[in-house]
Amino acid sequence: MSADAGRLTKAAPEPLTAVEGERSLGARLVSFVSGGMVRVFLIVVGLFWLVPTLGLLLSSLRPPDEMSASGWWEVFGKPSQLTFDSYDKLLGNSDITDSILNTVLITVPATVLVVVIGALAGYAFAWMEFPGRDWWFLGVVGLLVVPVQVALIPIAELFGNIGIFGSLIGVVLFHVGFGLPFAVFLLRNFFAEIPRELLEAARLDGAGELRLFFRVVMPLGGPAIAALGIFQFLWVWNDMLVALIFTDADSQPITVALQTQVRQFGSNVDVLAPGAFISMVIPLVVFFAFQRQFVSGVMAGAVK
Amino acid sequence: MASAQAAGAPPAPAAPKSRKSVTGTRRTVAVLFLLPAMVLLGALVVYPIGYSVIRSFYDQSGDGFAGFDNYQALFTDDGIRTALKNNVIWVVFAPTVATALGLIFAVLTERVSWGTAFKLVVFMPMAISMLAAGIIFRLVYDQDPDKGVANAVWVGVHDTFAQSSAFPKAHPGRESPLRAAPGGGFLTEDPVSAGTPVSLPLVGVAPDKMPDSAAKAARAKAEPDEVTGTTWQDFTRGKGVGTLGGIDPAELGYAGMRIEAVKDGEVVASTTAADDGTFTLPAAADGARLRLPADNFKEPYNGVDWLGPSLVTPAIIGSYIWMWAGFAMVLIAAGLAGIPRDLLEAARVDGANEWQVFRRITVPLLAPVLAVVTVTLMINVLKVFDLVFIIAPGSSQDDANVLALELYRKGFSEDQPGVASAISVFLLLLVIPVMWFNVRRLRREVRR
Repeated sequence: MSADAGRLTKAAPEPLTAVEGERSLGARLVSFVSGGMVRVFLIVVGLFWLVPTLGLLLSSLRPPDEMSASGWWEVFGKPSQLTFDSYDKLLGNSDITDSILNTVLITVPATVLVVVIGALAGYAFAWMEFPGRDWWFLGVVGLLVVPVQVALIPIAELFGNIGIFGSLIGVVLFHVGFGLPFAVFLLRNFFAEIPRELLEAARLDGAGELRLFFRVVMPLGGPAIAALGIFQFLWVWNDMLVALIFTDADSQPITVALQTQVRQFGSNVDVLAPGAFISMVIPLVVFFAFQRQFVSGVMAGAVK
Repeated sequence: MASAQAAGAPPAPAAPKSRKSVTGTRRTVAVLFLLPAMVLLGALVVYPIGYSVIRSFYDQSGDGFAGFDNYQALFTDDGIRTALKNNVIWVVFAPTVATALGLIFAVLTERVSWGTAFKLVVFMPMAISMLAAGIIFRLVYDQDPDKGVANAVWVGVHDTFAQSSAFPKAHPGRESPLRAAPGGGFLTEDPVSAGTPVSLPLVGVAPDKMPDSAAKAARAKAEPDEVTGTTWQDFTRGKGVGTLGGIDPAELGYAGMRIEAVKDGEVVASTTAADDGTFTLPAAADGARLRLPADNFKEPYNGVDWLGPSLVTPAIIGSYIWMWAGFAMVLIAAGLAGIPRDLLEAARVDGANEWQVFRRITVPLLAPVLAVVTVTLMINVLKVFDLVFIIAPGSSQDDANVLALELYRKGFSEDQPGVASAISVFLLLLVIPVMWFNVRRLRREVRR
């Protein structure tokens, strides 16, 4: 450090030898300018991040003929052209409303099942004794990074053979399978931190296995379960690839329904823009309502 | 990565020797608790891995053993080679840029009071689907500068620095004194002289392509010591050509047209026409011929073809970074919060400036977090599919191809499951080092 220190002071423009008042003025000036630059930079970056989404929102609120004639920013000059017509039309389209329903029918079970099944296994890995316990757990951890792509072809054939290809059940099962490694990993680690005395006390009170699990372990696991639930919910809600392969016209979620529209991009912005925005509403609400849980889920999921 | 802490658990006390079962040691119970997870994992994750590995050695129909033919296709098939090349570009640039931006944002947001709001804005795209992000960026990258915001800004900046008036397709009408000049542009047939106003009429500029500032063309005044004249669109809409070579009331001047006076091949003077098309050249132009140089007649600048073959991959990587820089930022900010402040203060007291503190203290201390973020993003990028599938238009999708997209095409639209399986096994092999790392790190923890 001392070798560096010489270099550091040399490069720094305000050495200790400077007059006291001068120094603080200069330092203040420097920090004012650089502080101003930091602000300007962050504001510009923030605009970069906001403008694309804003563009989608405003595009969805303009009439189609205006959309094909000019950019969405024209709306600032003519706010009167804002209209919900595109949304009205879109929500009158039963293909779209059915697909929104399908998204819910896929996401909710896939989330609940992952949480419940993952919690059962996580608890067993944390607190039960059986041969090879840690090896089994490490095996599950190894599956964390397996890309879904590996399973697409085999599972498509498997589902075809047992007759659930194209059904909601198939998509849900697939999401549960690929959600489980993370669920087990997260919940086992969390449950393992539960104080032993709590479990023993409940045991002495005569609680059975299931009672112990549902009355003690699950409530104590609240934060981890919330993080996992939010993470899995958004993951499944936002999925397109799995649904693209495993659903058919009757079971497709909103992402797949919109994807078929992208092929004619340009002529149908009045469908795509409101559709994309509708598909974003629930994730955004969940995101803003459960930021903390989402962030901890994402951070724990950094291995995925 | 430390999941339990991240999820809010109290830090582990020195872990007990082993967490003996508190529920008795009935194995049947353990089996019942584990069974659903193990069956699903076995059927949906483990079995497919084995199946894909085996399938990758069989031909496309699945009947004949094909040896390594499918893997050979990885390096001979044009589509897969493009995909491989693009995946390398993705893996090199997307994670590093996203991590670097995340680091910059995380450090800078600590200095403003609205840092949390900023983080929220940048992190928000993490919550939406890649499909929605894809549609958002299809709009952003629209080629037409009147619709796509990227080109609108780009063209705006470009036109601020480059001359913006241009008259594509303008050409001399009948009885015009102008002739096509060698090397493009137009040249008067005869030399001009001071004191006699010159007419430089052209036709053929579409009305909506005329500059917004163009005003009604005016006759230039004769000045004894200057060459004056008018250049205008000699065409009256709806009334044919009007007076050929003469200025009619509704005709517009070529505002911004550049005019050069040429003597013996040398430019002796030049000027730009006013809004009404009039121009004035100094006496030096006397006896010269006037030229309207070729750059007056270029097509107007139309922006960048973001989604064309050459830029489509960087453009999509840009949208990926928009989505994932927030992820890097949040993880790095969490790491940053763990750095002892007095270390930074001590360096500042020693006279280090902010850059030196950043470069020599913050970054080295954050190195483990940066590594985790970069590796996580690399794994993520290997599998990128939705963004490419949605953003790349049909015409340039081949150029934007990536492995996950090629796997989808081979497996589900080109009926080549053998090759598709080989691609999936290849993807799996690429993540095995990370898998190995995860397991090793956890084995140490589990064994405590």
